[in-house]
Amino acid sequence: MGTVTIEIDGVSLEAETGSMIIEIADDAGMHIPRFCYHKKLSVAANCRMCLVDVSNSPKAVPACATPVADGMKVLTNSTKARIAQKSVMEFLLINHPLDCPICDQGGECELQDVALGFGNDVSRFTEGKRVVQDKNIGPLIETDMTRCIHCTRCVRFGTEVVGMREMGATGRGEHMEIGTYIEKSIESEVSGNIIDLCPVGALTAKPSRYKARAWEMQSTAGVSPHDCLGTNIEIHHRRGEVIRVVPRENEKINEVWISDRDRFSYQSVTDSERLTQPKIKKDGQWQTCDWETALTHVCDQLNNIKQSEGVENIGALISPSATLEEMYLTQKLMRGLGSHNIDHRLRQVDFSSQFEAPMFPGMEFDIDALEDMDATLLIDADLRREQPLLALRLRKSTRHGRVMSVHSGEVENNFKVSPNVSVPASDLLAQLQGIVAALIEQHKEVSAELTELFVDIKPTPDQQTIASELRINDNACLLVGQSALEHSKSSHIRWLAKTISDLSGCAFGELTAGANTAGGYIAGALPHRLSAAEESNICGWNTQQMLQKGLSAYLLMNTEPELDSSYRDAARVSLLKSKFVVMMTPFAKGEFLDYADVLLPIAGFTETSGTFINVCGEWQSFTAAVKAKGEARPAWKVLRVLGNLLELDGFDYVSSQEINAAVKERFESTTDARVGHFQRPDSLESGGEKPRPLSMYDMDSLTRRSLCLQMSVQGQDNWRRDQIEHLVASQSLPETESPDSLINLSASSAESETASLQESSDA
Amino acid sequence: MANEVCFRTMHLDEPWTLEAYKSVGGYKVWRDILKNKTPANDIIEQLKTSALRGRGGAGFPTGLKWSFMPRGMPGQKYVVCNSDEGEPGTFKDRDILRFNPHQLIEGMAIGGYVMTATVGYNYMRGEFYEPFARMEQALKEAYDEGLLGKNILDSGIDFDLYNHMGAGAYICGEETALIESLEGKKGQPRFKPPFPANYGVFGRPTNVNNTESYASVPVILQHGGQWFLDLGIPNNGGTKIFSVSGHIKQPGNYEVAMGMPFKDLLQQCGGMRGDKPLKAVIPGGSSSPVLPASVMMDITMDYDAIGKAGSMVGSGAVMVIEEGTCMVELAARTAHFYYEESCGQCTPCREGTGWMSRVLHRILDGEGKIEDLDNLQDIADNIMGRTICALGDAAAMPMGGFLKHYKHEFEHMIRTGRRWVDDQQNAA
Repeated sequence: MGTVTIEIDGVSLEAETGSMIIEIADDAGMHIPRFCYHKKLSVAANCRMCLVDVSNSPKAVPACATPVADGMKVLTNSTKARIAQKSVMEFLLINHPLDCPICDQGGECELQDVALGFGNDVSRFTEGKRVVQDKNIGPLIETDMTRCIHCTRCVRFGTEVVGMREMGATGRGEHMEIGTYIEKSIESEVSGNIIDLCPVGALTAKPSRYKARAWEMQSTAGVSPHDCLGTNIEIHHRRGEVIRVVPRENEKINEVWISDRDRFSYQSVTDSERLTQPKIKKDGQWQTCDWETALTHVCDQLNNIKQSEGVENIGALISPSATLEEMYLTQKLMRGLGSHNIDHRLRQVDFSSQFEAPMFPGMEFDIDALEDMDATLLIDADLRREQPLLALRLRKSTRHGRVMSVHSGEVENNFKVSPNVSVPASDLLAQLQGIVAALIEQHKEVSAELTELFVDIKPTPDQQTIASELRINDNACLLVGQSALEHSKSSHIRWLAKTISDLSGCAFGELTAGANTAGGYIAGALPHRLSAAEESNICGWNTQQMLQKGLSAYLLMNTEPELDSSYRDAARVSLLKSKFVVMMTPFAKGEFLDYADVLLPIAGFTETSGTFINVCGEWQSFTAAVKAKGEARPAWKVLRVLGNLLELDGFDYVSSQEINAAVKERFESTTDARVGHFQRPDSLESGGEKPRPLSMYDMDSLTRRSLCLQMSVQGQDNWRRDQIEHLVASQSLPETESPDSLINLSASSAESETASLQESSDA
Repeated sequence: MANEVCFRTMHLDEPWTLEAYKSVGGYKVWRDILKNKTPANDIIEQLKTSALRGRGGAGFPTGLKWSFMPRGMPGQKYVVCNSDEGEPGTFKDRDILRFNPHQLIEGMAIGGYVMTATVGYNYMRGEFYEPFARMEQALKEAYDEGLLGKNILDSGIDFDLYNHMGAGAYICGEETALIESLEGKKGQPRFKPPFPANYGVFGRPTNVNNTESYASVPVILQHGGQWFLDLGIPNNGGTKIFSVSGHIKQPGNYEVAMGMPFKDLLQQCGGMRGDKPLKAVIPGGSSSPVLPASVMMDITMDYDAIGKAGSMVGSGAVMVIEEGTCMVELAARTAHFYYEESCGQCTPCREGTGWMSRVLHRILDGEGKIEDLDNLQDIADNIMGRTICALGDAAAMPMGGFLKHYKHEFEHMIRTGRRWVDDQQNAA
């Protein structure tokens, strides 16, 4: 690709051959009005707003669809261009309702903005305007289709980016309507992005409808707490209330998209019943108290149990989505007390290779490198459920490359996967062993021991294909999915995956649970390692041991083990049986009301500062967007005070940045421990099982409590619905939704939804 | 000098049969090409000499269009026949399909050979039940005769032809919308470039021509390009089928030489119905601007002359209008058609056609305002040249014609609420 020189409004610019005028102008910061053009979507050239005046062209041409040519002179503001732009603006406005005062998009509307520059004060149009019936496309997106200007961004997003053709245009001419044809809920897990894409108020966010005006809100940069990508978000809040969450552009991580749970899970902290004051259970009754009483009580009880039962009978479980600072202080607190029973690996079942694990599990390559892969092997990964935005990235790679998958259970991908091997969890190992065997066959220099180990295994044609694709392509990788780590033989799976990567030369990646598994490893929220992977001379209990064998006292850092861990039944028994459970949580409702003894109200994810380390090892810090509700405090502050009350050393941090700096210093001083060395086993294993994977909106305490997510199609499909529906945030049903339409959306859950609404208003 | 090209079987009984077509020399050219492997460039040269221009409406030189196809490019290429004859007033392709389908098949096969396309599609509009049946029958005959298929007559040349029926949208006559529709999508034009010659059906190089264009090819090659050119006048070669309709005695298709004076054509059609005086003519389908009688009676029927007069040959749909016809009503009817048929993709056409139609109907309803006329002209100008395809232009152009020649009728209706033609008649 060569470059050419073009001139836009007299400014000489270098441009890559084949690029469009609008891209060059955008790069140079010169504004050309547009509606249908979006840099992440294909060029439709249908709005005609970007018409510009190009030398040697008698007509004004669309800047979005006109490739640059050497010596081309473009005028974006000549009389010809201006007349063309104004005429298109007039056409766009004649059938637009101009109901800006009651439109949620008002103040951040592209049509409004452009109309200011290119519209007329008075309309020449005196005929009746077009009216379009609104469509009900589910609990996330509100439609006002009369406002639609038919730019088709939402349609193209579905077709091109998501790979689900949910929105489309029916009808011709003025009768053209955007919709789903047969009225239904949008099912995509990234559907909310069409709200941002829509340049007008046709598609707006249903949960935040009519809540605030764009200019009233302040914005705070945040990081999404849901998956290991560290999706960048922008939290919009007004007068201390979070109103909505929108994407923050980060080309390396989330481009311009966020998933629906990134966007709507804030409802859990704004609308669900929040714990606003510390509470102590006395004689089976919850009593509100002040912080001092609560924390003193916690210290006394912990000290008592330490005395009577021994410190090894105390343990802490931490949410994998807790911040680095929270993880670090929790483990510091426990280790200060003398206990090494600390874990954040709640869904893990097989801990046998924990000593061989790397500094932190993650991807050896950048997220954006995924779209350039020519061959990708997914090992038990369900990207759409676990890391939806990674699925969008990988989908891009299928334009030129190949994605292959070996998985257990049902996995639906939004891109072509071939071979797509689906086996029972017990056959997963055999599948991977087959791939290794195929690589050994194809490979020349393999150690005799390894060859010996796989000598009896005959690879299938699919395994042969996978092996050779990974080996032949320079740009190849494999990704071990989040749920592979829940497999009872996950250590063997990781070793096999690593061996496939080593033999084929493809890049290796592991996808992890929660937003901060990497942070958990680095902070030392592990029973066998201190922070920055320093070997601990004592190995405490892991999640499995803590929950199955039972402890006398638990500190639960923002986690509900009965829902978050793979040990639901054991967790309930152990927690109920234990003498003392401290629950640090932002929420007032949950099964913990039965088993906990003290509730410490902590800040929700929008209310605390902290750091998430993503799957690529990127440290992303954020500040609190709003103040925590009531007496709730950021967890790191609670832990700091608790540490001081327990008279432990090193709890004098005055800011989360200080804690971050302390961890970072330790992290940067260790280098040797970064690479994991999985030991070759003496023999090959087989079989194994996997707990049923959690549903998309049941993976963490936030999504469980977000009403709109639970009402969405995936939310309705939660297989643990009966266990979580009483948690759902229910204080504000979307206003336009009557119970009747709820029933339309899903007959099965509507009753329980209203029932839980009833409950909360009684409480 | 009539019925020499596309209608050359018309004088026979059952002119649509293979026998009838063979009796006038049909498939000779195709057999010849198969036998001698005539160089493609020679065929293109003949077409260029003939000055055959696209008969669908745009009038683009066919030989030149064929030369644009990347013939050397490997991979599948397509030839597509646009039989989605949707332009109001046009009905010539229907009669080619009904009465001389084999000539179209031969023309497309030759096109496939020249452009190294081994698959052809004949896209017919949704209303063409009878022509579709005729085409299917003709295809069967051609296949049975071994003139289509794989390794045709042991020549090593493949050509498969398929008939495809659209669903009746006017926009699908636009070549890229036709391609989208053929691919099974909503018929909406694509932005050009890339042109179909580079990115057409299923993303492959594709040549789209009108039925009459393809059907003219065998005859041109049989008699030579020069012969065809000499049928007409320089730069306007050959004959053209004019679909003459309106207030005349014998409406119908007339295949006549290019450059025939309009008044001769009118005479062939038996003259005006009821011998009323001629008021105006829409010479090339509803998209072409209307021309008043005074202009029409002096011009010849060819691209250059009609273009100079401010209109176009278009698809050759000659709509003859007698004195006493209300031009406001005609304008409103025309505008309504484009309002209904705009695909809705791009803004100026989607919004502008509806606006024009509404204003015109308001004028008809006696609610017109004098500034409406300036607005109408303005709307038309604002649509013109600002859309993805030519439908916007097609909607805008006639409006200019009506306002240019018959503004007084509009003004009269706005001022009085009555039709100008009625008041003229009453005064007389």
